[in-house]
Amino acid sequence: MGAGHAHTLYRHGHSPVHGLPPHCKLVAVFCFVLVVVCTPREAMWAFGLYAALLAGVAAVARIPAGFLLKRLVVEVPFVAFALLMPFVVPGEQTAVLGVSVSVPGLWGAWNVLAKATLGVAASVLLASTTELRAVLLGLQRLKLPPLLVQIASFMIRYGDVVTDEMRRMAIARRSRGFEARGVQQWRVLAASAGALFIRSYERGERVHLAMVSRGYAGTMPVIDEVTADRTQWAYAATLPVLALAVCLLGWTL
Amino acid sequence: MTVSPNSPNSPDSPDSPKDAEAVAPSLEVSGLAYAYPDGHQALFGVNLTVGRGERVALLGPNGAGKTTLVLHLNGILEAGSGTVRVAGLPVAKRNLAEIRRRVGIVFQDPDDQLFMPTVREDVAFGPASAGLRGPELEERILRALKQVGMEEYAARPPHHLSFGQRRRVAVATVLAMDPEILVLDEPSSNLDPASRRELADILRSLDITVLMVTHDLPYALELCPRAVILSEGVIAADDRTQDLLRDEELMRSHRLELPFGFDPGAVDIPAP
Amino acid sequence: MHVPDGFIDAPVSVAAGVFAVGAVAVSLRGARRELDERTAPLAGLVAAFIFAVQMLNFPVAAGTSGHLMGGALAAILVGPYTAVLCLSVVLLLQGIFFADGGLTALGVNITVMGVVTVVVAYAVFRLLTGLLPRTRRSATASAFVAALVSVPTSAAAFTLLYWIGGTTDIPIGKVFTAMVGVHVLIGIGEAVITALTVGAVLAVRPDLVHGVSGVAAPLKLRVDGELVDAPAATRDPEPAPARRSTRGFWITGLVSAFLLAGFVSFYASANPDGLERVASDQGFDEKVEEHGAADSPLADYGVGDIENARLSGGLAGVIGVSATVVVGTGVFWVVRRRKEEPGEAPRDRDHENA
Repeated sequence: MGAGHAHTLYRHGHSPVHGLPPHCKLVAVFCFVLVVVCTPREAMWAFGLYAALLAGVAAVARIPAGFLLKRLVVEVPFVAFALLMPFVVPGEQTAVLGVSVSVPGLWGAWNVLAKATLGVAASVLLASTTELRAVLLGLQRLKLPPLLVQIASFMIRYGDVVTDEMRRMAIARRSRGFEARGVQQWRVLAASAGALFIRSYERGERVHLAMVSRGYAGTMPVIDEVTADRTQWAYAATLPVLALAVCLLGWTL
Repeated sequence: MTVSPNSPNSPDSPDSPKDAEAVAPSLEVSGLAYAYPDGHQALFGVNLTVGRGERVALLGPNGAGKTTLVLHLNGILEAGSGTVRVAGLPVAKRNLAEIRRRVGIVFQDPDDQLFMPTVREDVAFGPASAGLRGPELEERILRALKQVGMEEYAARPPHHLSFGQRRRVAVATVLAMDPEILVLDEPSSNLDPASRRELADILRSLDITVLMVTHDLPYALELCPRAVILSEGVIAADDRTQDLLRDEELMRSHRLELPFGFDPGAVDIPAP
Repeated sequence: MHVPDGFIDAPVSVAAGVFAVGAVAVSLRGARRELDERTAPLAGLVAAFIFAVQMLNFPVAAGTSGHLMGGALAAILVGPYTAVLCLSVVLLLQGIFFADGGLTALGVNITVMGVVTVVVAYAVFRLLTGLLPRTRRSATASAFVAALVSVPTSAAAFTLLYWIGGTTDIPIGKVFTAMVGVHVLIGIGEAVITALTVGAVLAVRPDLVHGVSGVAAPLKLRVDGELVDAPAATRDPEPAPARRSTRGFWITGLVSAFLLAGFVSFYASANPDGLERVASDQGFDEKVEEHGAADSPLADYGVGDIENARLSGGLAGVIGVSATVVVGTGVFWVVRRRKEEPGEAPRDRDHENA
């Protein structure tokens, strides 16, 4: 993870999904994930339908399945955790392939795997159809406190710069024969981290000077605003509304 | 790259200040002294006047107080004693907003200057902070970007530009504020020869007062008819750039050195 | 560890979200006091730093490596408020762009990894630096302990949330032992790296370490060759109105947390849990049939077991969430008191650092 990869997450395109206002997409994805989380785990078919819904969005957005699947590896640590569950959770035991596992553990593992995978897939779809900048505008539109939006905006702007500085320091270390092999080298790495902090902080101070020099007095001027009309909202609402229908069916059936 | 030499900013920039101030020099520094809070004194009474439309090079060895002086010009540092006036307006707390509009500082590292997510928003920052909105703001952005030949890059994030392009956008961010005086801190540092040339062409095309802080003596000679040397916190010399650079004694005493084989007397200086 | 969607149930996620929003709002005010108008660029750059430093791999042995989580480091370097903001922004963007941590679990992640780590680390750090002599070595040692304590504490906070709203009934004792045990080990690594990094910054720019600020000598100006006292900080202090609205905010936050914990938990939280209990009590096959009748929100709540599960779930929600909020509040007040008493004045560095 890192801002350095940020722009590779976005897949440029002109699909209807790309064209939706960012705040609509943010709300839609959040509601979708919320609905998924609220779905009873026993309604296995519901999760299949959710996956189909996401696949539909991916198709409309022309995001290839391979791209999506590759990004799902973020989840791997939790897959490991989920796979442990059937062995550590107490309760009724059952035999799967001759191994004794617990039934509630299996349910727990399924629950986490299904919901987390759908959540990750939804986020990946959002990130691959929405530019970083647009997400910030969307958050601003959704009334995230302006200061928080500014901090996020500076972080995105300087994530690459700071990461580059860190890489240059790593190259400088290696050019002088330094190889980090174990705990003995931590002092050197920590010194780099310390230097990186000082550089970042001092850059923050210089950025502040540059801002003040151009008339900054504590509030950012609003230069761009995103707006959405009713059709766009309706369009964005399709995903969570369909998901909600599935969820309600899951509760009643 | 296309630079239109004289058309874009002529309509309103020369006579936008009020008539009473129209005769005042762009920059007037007198008796400026300053010590940093840690006790280190950097300026010991600087006197400097830059007339309207002049291009002046501010030369000096490292630690001479150049950056400190620059930070006084728009009130980021407050004078310990002495005064700074920009087009007649004293630099003081109550005038800061107007002073910062009038003095456009281009900092050394364009990454510090370009802090917004896209080029367009960055150029918009200054005028938008001053309250400009709508078509007027758009017009200002476009004009500034055209002045530096970067109008095609408006939607790009600064990180995806080359260093030279970033420096040019940094100049545009300041031009968008319609400044009275453009202050450049080491404008040629880290530029390859082609970018250096492009920036020089841009600066020459601007109808604006320029104070250029630099170690790059050939660049100073090429762009600025007049130069001053800041040394040990005071202006030690003030003359035609060519004459200053020829004075070997003076140059040596202020740790200024010309590049190997460079003869300031033999250079054909382009017309301003 | 970033909690994904589906790990913690919806009501507790929402309650944690409310708590996180509260903590962020308090930090927004606090950070403005710490950094004034420099907040946005400085916090943004520090967030970028945290982002970057989380990618710096520290080799442990035999090909494994760890990385810094940065909560304690940020708290010590830039102060608790700014640190909470930085970590929240990092977690927010990680959730949106990298799908790292679920969107519905954002509140949980910010609470556990942002707020708890930062508050605990900062409280421990200030306590120790207050007790120990004011030297660089004791600052480094305090940083070590602060980071060491903060990591298992945040694991314990996670366990608490899991206990209230976990979607699978792993015995809480087991979760606690495993989480805290593993995180003590992780905490040692975090502590060593944090202490070394703080030491490295102290060696070069001690003035940048927020946790040990307030030791600067009075300022002087040299004007015309004469030393004169520098004028005191010129910025107008404006603490009074901020204080009042903060208190109002806290009351609102508390009330809404209680409401959420009480009502939302009561009505919804126990559902999946009750479901689970039914599942474990009655076995797989029967359960599927049972489920339709017993667990639909529209069903008649006649089954005693479910009713009890619901009640106990709701009660646990109230106790747990309010305990978290109250402890969090208390620590915030203590930290703020401690911070405001020893001279705020030398922090006004806007002009000097130019």
